[in-house]
Amino acid sequence: MSSTVALIFIGVAVLFIVGIKLLSSPKTARAGNLVAAAGMFVALLALHGPEGRSIWTLGWSLNYALIVVGILVGLAVGAAGAYSVKMTAMPQMVALFNGLGGGAAALVASLEFLRLARAAERVPAMFLDPALANRLSALAGPLLFATLIGSLSFAGSIIAYLKLQGKFEKPHTFPGQHYLNGLVLLLILSLGGWLTFEVANRSAIAAFLVMFALALFFGVAMVLPIGGADMPVVISLLNSFTGLAVAADGFGLDNLAMIVAGTLVGSSGTLLTLLMCKAMNRPVTNVLFGAFGSGGATGAAAAGGIAGTVKPIQADEVALLLAYAQRVVVVPGYGMAVAQAQHQVRELAEELGKRGVEVQFAIHPVAGRMPGHMNVLLAEANVPYDQLVEMEQINPSMDRVDVCLVIGANDVVNPAAREDKSSPIYGMPVIEADRCKATIVLKRSMAAGFAGIENHLFYKDNTRMLFGDAKASLNALIAAVKAN
Amino acid sequence: MDTNILFIFILSIFVGFEVVSKVPSMLHTPLMSGTNAIHGIILFGGIVVLADAATPLAQVLGFVAVIFGSANVFGGFMVTDRMLQMFKKKQQP
Repeated sequence: MSSTVALIFIGVAVLFIVGIKLLSSPKTARAGNLVAAAGMFVALLALHGPEGRSIWTLGWSLNYALIVVGILVGLAVGAAGAYSVKMTAMPQMVALFNGLGGGAAALVASLEFLRLARAAERVPAMFLDPALANRLSALAGPLLFATLIGSLSFAGSIIAYLKLQGKFEKPHTFPGQHYLNGLVLLLILSLGGWLTFEVANRSAIAAFLVMFALALFFGVAMVLPIGGADMPVVISLLNSFTGLAVAADGFGLDNLAMIVAGTLVGSSGTLLTLLMCKAMNRPVTNVLFGAFGSGGATGAAAAGGIAGTVKPIQADEVALLLAYAQRVVVVPGYGMAVAQAQHQVRELAEELGKRGVEVQFAIHPVAGRMPGHMNVLLAEANVPYDQLVEMEQINPSMDRVDVCLVIGANDVVNPAAREDKSSPIYGMPVIEADRCKATIVLKRSMAAGFAGIENHLFYKDNTRMLFGDAKASLNALIAAVKAN
Repeated sequence: MDTNILFIFILSIFVGFEVVSKVPSMLHTPLMSGTNAIHGIILFGGIVVLADAATPLAQVLGFVAVIFGSANVFGGFMVTDRMLQMFKKKQQP
């Protein structure tokens, strides 16, 4: 590697790190994203092939035409997806882009591996060029790793995407599933281990293809048993997987920029996954192997033992409560996003603000289907972000709140997490909406939440239910508050 | 394996942990989306293998890899920018 190229790579690494760093504050986040994008552009200038030669000096060929066309097609697809997606469907889009990255990582690694394996196959091992033999033994490991992790991430992300789109979002389990998955994993690992040392073997290519197929199957089998509520954690984990696969590709292709970028994503993604699990107060192993969402049956059985009744309320009454309250806290959830009601929520908050009511939004770290999902949606509706308060900050003062408006949130306000030791979500930190003087729940019906658990909050004495579509209910509320 | 590369790899792990540890949870979605775009650097891997592709099969697979990588990197940065655009502080009239 020439010193110019080395210097460029240092610049690229700095741009990526500064970019992620700037992403950590709302004021600089947008600039951070652009800085990271600039890093990507600079890395392109220093692009080089596996043996250190520049790829721009190979001369014109069909392959270059394919590269240009491929980039343009990807640009069109990516831009169309990025600009057409609704803000409520963000998590799916991230899952999809992540899956494509994983697929690309797997393809790149397999092509390079097959190229090396073919080169080795053509000559008997004893006549193998020592330099090539060295490259083979050093690179087989990272390339096999990238193929495995990349295809796993590809298949897993597609399943996560489909689950978030509402296709088979319930967990799929059958007896002996863990054993089957374990067996497949064992097979993959032993094939991978054998291939690492036997790249030059005649059956290497066949074994490699079997391993590729098994890795795809494992990606599907790993995500299928996980409930839709846990998809954010899964996407975050698969995001870091793709990062690691890209880093391994970087080792295989001798590309420092790929190693640094992939590793940064891998480690930051791992930490982000752990932070998300921490917010739900569950170990990551529980998310991956617990088939959490399947607790519906036990939840329904426990529902019989809940004391109290469900008490409906009309919009006019709620408007009165709101208009004469001093402090109102809104707890938004995914239901608000589905009803596209974030603009109505903002309008109501403004209307109340004009009347001197203090309005705050209580944000649960995992409300919606991704951490920060609610912030993105409320920001889209122009809610100033200093009105958004995180769960830990707002919980201590919840008993001084006059009216708590729960809009489309369910599991994140369920007091069962504090009261009912038998509940599957026991121990998860929740927004303590039941401690407010009055709690109004806007809800379409009495259906259970994403986690399939009955919500004790709905049966509390100071809780009233405002049934109906969140958007329609909020419009009625806005009109009624204005009339007061 | 070159120990320098290993050194860079290990350092990158720690830097990755460090830069994320202070991100507020409200920015987790954009952060996930932004890092997702960064691993789109796999596009360059796709370009390298496609440039080297010698068989029609390798050309097809390399072509697919380039499309995937390109969609990952461009789509990723664009969608992150679209999200962050909304975080602008509201102007008080």
